[in-house]
Formats: sequence, structure tokens, C-alpha cells
Amino acid sequence: MSQTAEMTRPTTSNESNAIVLDRVNKWYGTLHVLRDVSMTVGHKERVVVCGPSGSGKSTMIRCINRLESHQEGRIFVDGTELTDDLRALDTIRREVGMVFQSFNLFPHLTILENCTLAPIWVRKMPKAEAEALAMSYLERVKIPEQAKKYPGQLSGGQQQRVAIARALCMKPKIMLFDEPTSALDPEMIKEVLDTMIGLAEDGMTMVCVTHEMGFARRVADRVVFMDRGEIVESGTPTSMFEDPQTDRLKLFLSQILRGH
Amino acid sequence: MNQNTTIAKVHPVPATAGATAPGSAPFNQSGSRAHPPIASTGVIGWLRGNLFRGWFSSAVTLALGYFVVKWVVGLVYWALIRAHWTVPISANGQPDPSVCRAATDGACWAIIGEKYRFVLFGLYPYAEQWRPAICVALFIALYCISASRRFWRKELLVVWIATLALIGALMWGGFAGMTFVSQDAWGGLPITLMLATFGLAFAFPLSVLVALGRRSTNLPAVKLLCVLYVELIRGVPLVSLLFMASVMFPLFMPVGLNPDKLLRAQVAFILFAGAYLAEVVRGGLQTLPKGQFEAADALGLSYWRKTSLIVLPQALRLVIPPLVNTFIGFFKDTSLVLIIGIFDLLTAGKAAMADPIWNGFSTEIYLMLAAVYFMFCFAMSRYSSGLEREFNRNRNR
Ligand SMILES: Nc1ncnc2c1ncn2[C@@H]1O[C@H](COP(=O)(O)OP(=O)(O)OP(=O)(O)O)[C@@H](O)[C@H]1O
Ligand SMILES: [Mg+2]
Repeated sequence: MSQTAEMTRPTTSNESNAIVLDRVNKWYGTLHVLRDVSMTVGHKERVVVCGPSGSGKSTMIRCINRLESHQEGRIFVDGTELTDDLRALDTIRREVGMVFQSFNLFPHLTILENCTLAPIWVRKMPKAEAEALAMSYLERVKIPEQAKKYPGQLSGGQQQRVAIARALCMKPKIMLFDEPTSALDPEMIKEVLDTMIGLAEDGMTMVCVTHEMGFARRVADRVVFMDRGEIVESGTPTSMFEDPQTDRLKLFLSQILRGH
Repeated sequence: MNQNTTIAKVHPVPATAGATAPGSAPFNQSGSRAHPPIASTGVIGWLRGNLFRGWFSSAVTLALGYFVVKWVVGLVYWALIRAHWTVPISANGQPDPSVCRAATDGACWAIIGEKYRFVLFGLYPYAEQWRPAICVALFIALYCISASRRFWRKELLVVWIATLALIGALMWGGFAGMTFVSQDAWGGLPITLMLATFGLAFAFPLSVLVALGRRSTNLPAVKLLCVLYVELIRGVPLVSLLFMASVMFPLFMPVGLNPDKLLRAQVAFILFAGAYLAEVVRGGLQTLPKGQFEAADALGLSYWRKTSLIVLPQALRLVIPPLVNTFIGFFKDTSLVLIIGIFDLLTAGKAAMADPIWNGFSTEIYLMLAAVYFMFCFAMSRYSSGLEREFNRNRNR
């Protein structure tokens, strides 16, 4: 059985959860893009967020590491509240890694430099150590041989795996993914999803916006369905996909099944 | 949205194929040809495609060709065949250019031999002119070192400061047996190089700060200041700014606390160049995709780290051509200090032409000045295209 939005309000304490969103509201000008969004993600929990285009999935996930700021409600990440306080922001950005739809690798730096940049300048890690760390993550995403190349010389799937390695090099406790495979050709989607599955199996806390239902079934502890700025329904993948409660989710599922 | 995978492969079609064989399709279905049509490549193909395409094109080519050839022949005749390279010394020990005057159809290069040291070094004491000569060499060495990417690290700043200090010491002298030469006596090429080097060396960092300030979203006061600076300075001609620096500025300063004219002109120049360069840099900042900023933010890089490691390296690369264009423009604009009486290369050239003995041979001096400016500007231009190529080599974007 999946539950409707009313029952997903945080009940446990903020410290014991990785991410807590408590009645978050956000407007772009007069456009109300997040409406009373409440969600809790426990440690090592893996949440997949889905919903139609423009429903506010990106906005919500970007509020979690404050690429966007919210106007009402509270957000806690690993017990720290997101406010205008820059020190809190620093702490959170170190703990939260993010992977974007369009990779956003730095084109003027090599793959290795992309990965070592933040460890060296943010974590103040010695260069040799950062490079060793980066190589170990590049091996993990199965492209150590590309370390000396530039992003423009790699395929989309390879670039996205580098982007994952780059985020992992900061040793984050939480990883956010915003449609990591939707800019990829079909044959490259699998290699990126496999990397993410590996990450999930290692116990990473993950929030992932994606429409890859196979991936959701395989790794997600919970699926959250958003529409028009609200969390409409959430539950286990099986209950959500096989027994949707709301008409909006039923409509959405029928649309993406037709699309695939 | 597969930007990186689908764009790359476009089949090369010879550019002239359509011109020579308008009806033929680029891809021959009955079997692939081993060679392109003979006359569509090589020199002849190029000529046919570009200069002699149809009777009108041919007529224009021939007419223009006639004028070009005639002009070049005339130039060679004037500059080489009929030119005088030396003139005799008259009884009073002065050179006597009357042979040049007699033959008006030839250049009188003797004036260059006579005047080049004055043009290059101005009123600097003749016997001491090896000092500014070394300074010019030091400037050029400094440019060469700075041009190599291998030396782009912190130590370069030390090298710059040391070299510029050494140049100052050599120009002033007053130690180690070198006589003191006051700044009034400096002139010619060292002044031009000083104005350009200090001007651009200070204007460039200033412009980067202003461009960043102008884009700042959370510091409205800084933003306003930067906008005002750029718009005010850009709105007036450099000439009037130089006049203000040389005439108006001293009026407001307490007596005795008056920086010298060269320094004032230098500051005016820095402010002017800074405003222009700031707009060029801002253009580069604008072309950077938002995702680059977001990725840097998400990794936890601070504002200055993000700016210096991610934003500027990319933004500045993109604007190398307009940046160098502005650099070249300002290198030549240093000659505007002529109007406030600073003895730069052009002023020295004008002074050399004013010598009554050599009255009437200004063309030769102007050509020499043009050659000197050209050498520096052309070097900058070549360097920038080399730099662009180097930056783009590893990136197929
Ligand atoms: N910077 C912005 N300024 C104004 N409106 C915005 C901005 N970013 C997003 N929006 C609007 O906010 C709403 C939610 O956008 P969001 O990107 O979060 O949707 P999404 O669920 O991620 O959609 P998609 O599946 O297309 O990525 C949309 O209506 C969008 O037009
Ligand atoms: Mg989105």
C-alpha cells in the first residue's frame, strides 16, 4: 500500500535523519513551485523522485543543497538547518554531492583535475593524496584510463560517470541525482545506472530524480511522486507502481509506460 | 539533447565543388570517384573559384590587379631603386640632404640613420642611451617570459616587480657611476612601452574585478559602482581624459602634492583601458553556462575559488580575440599622450621631423614609427592566435 502525502510529515527527530523537509514552500516570482513539501530521508535510505515535467522535482532537490533557497518551511541536512548562515552552507555542501542532467564537468580541466579540484581546495587534501583518491573512484566508475583526457573527448555516459566520481571524491554522506540519464543515448544509460546501483549497494544515502522505473524498482526504498509542486503520493516501488492510489499517479504511470 | 555525441561528424564537402560542377550531387550514387574534379582543388581551382568566376568577376579582378601591381611597382621604385641611403656631410659638419631634395621620386633613408636614436630614446643624454636601450630589451624579455605558459605561476609576479624596478633604476641612474637622468629627459620607445605595460598590467586585473562586480547579485552597491565607472569612463574620449589628468587634476591638488605628468597620464590610461577591458571580460563571463557555476557551488568551492579556478579560466579563454584586439588598440592609443606633451615614440618622431635640416622628409620617419608599432602589435596578434590554438588543442567542443 502506498500512502498519500499527509502521512509523510517528519515525525522522528532531525538528527537521526539524513534529510528532513518540513512544509517547504518556494515561489519563483508569483509562481508557486513547491507547496508544503514535507519529506524525510533516513540514513542509507534511497529515494526516487518522479513526476511530470515542471512539477518541481529539480527545484526540490536543488533546495536540499541550497542551489535554490526556499522561502517558507525548514530543511535539515544531517541535523544542520539550511539558512543564510554561510558556515552551515559550507558544511552541507561538503556532505552532499550532486550529479546533474547535463554533467557540468569543467571543460578546461582534465578528468583527473575535475576530480581532485574540490578535495584539494575545499578539503585541503595534499595533491598526491587527492589524485590517489580520484584514481580509486575513477576505477570504481570504470574509466581510470581516461584520467588524462578532457571532458570533451569523452562520451556522454563516460562524462556522467566522471561527474559521479567527482562528487564521490568529496566523500559525501548524501548523493543527489537530477535526471542523471535523461541526456544520454539509450546505450549509455545502462553504464550510468549500473554505477548508481553499485553506489546504492554500498549504502549511500541517495535522492534521485529519474523516470527509470527499472532502476527505481531495483534500488529504491521509497518512491515519491510529485505533481504541481506537491508530493502527491509516496511508498515502496512495488506498491506505487502496482497499486497507485491517486488518479494523478495513475495518469502519470500510464503516460511513461506508453512513452517507453 | 545529446550535445556531445551527435554534432561531431559532418562529411567534408570540398568548398569549390558546387562552383565548378553546379549540377552534380555531392554523393555519386553510381560508384565513388577516387579524385575530386581536377580543377576544383589546388591553385588553379582556387583562382577559378574565387577570382575568375564569370566575366564580371574576371573584369574586377583584372582592374584591381592593375592598380595593385602599379602601386607595388611604384613603392619598390621609391623605397629601393631611387632611394638615398646616405647623404654627404657639409662643411659645417652637418649632414646635407640636398641630394635627396633634388631627387623627389626616391626615399631618403639617410634621415633614419641620422635620427633613429632620437626617435627611439628622445632627449635622453646621447652618451647614456645604452640605458634606455637595455630597458627596451628588458621589456621585451619580460613579454617573452610572460608569454610562455610554463612560467604562469606566482614567481612571475616577482620577476615582473624586479624587472620593472631594474628598469626604473636604469632610467633614473644616479648610482654605480651612472649619472642621474630626470624624468623630463626620458622619451621615445621606453615611454611608450612603460605607458602600455603599466597601463595594461594594471587595467587588466582592474577590469576583471569590475566585470565580476558588475555581475554581482548580492552586493548592489558594488554593482552600481562598477556600472557607473564603466559607463562614465566609456562615455568620454581618451583625449579628454588625458587633458583632465594633465590640466584639471592639478588644480584640485594641494600645492607640493602633485604627482608628475607621466604618472597622471598613466592613471588616466589605466582607468580608460580598465573600463573597456571590463566589458570584454563581462562578455566572456556571460557566455559561461549556468551549470558551471552550479557544479562549482555544489562541490562547496568558495566564491573566490570558484571564480579563479572555474569561471575566469574559461571566460578569459573565450575572449582572447577581443581581449587582444583591445590590447593592441590601447598599445597604439598610448600615442595620444602626444597632445599633452609627453615624449613617447610618436612625439619623438614628430620632434625629429621638426629639425629644419631635414625638413620635408616626414614620410620616412612615419614609416619607421609605423614599423615599430607594427612589430609589437603583430607579435601580440600572432601570440594570441597561438594561445587560442594551444587552448583548443585538447578540447573538441
Ligand atoms: N529559475 C527559474 N525561474 C523561474 N521559474 C523557474 C525557474 N526554474 C524553474 N522554474 C519553474 O518552476 C517549475 C518547476 O521547475 P522544475 O525544474 O523544478 O521542474 P521539474 O519537475 O524538474 O521538471 P523537468 O522534469 O522538466 O526537469 C516549472 O514550472 C519551471 O518553469
Ligand atoms: Mg528537472
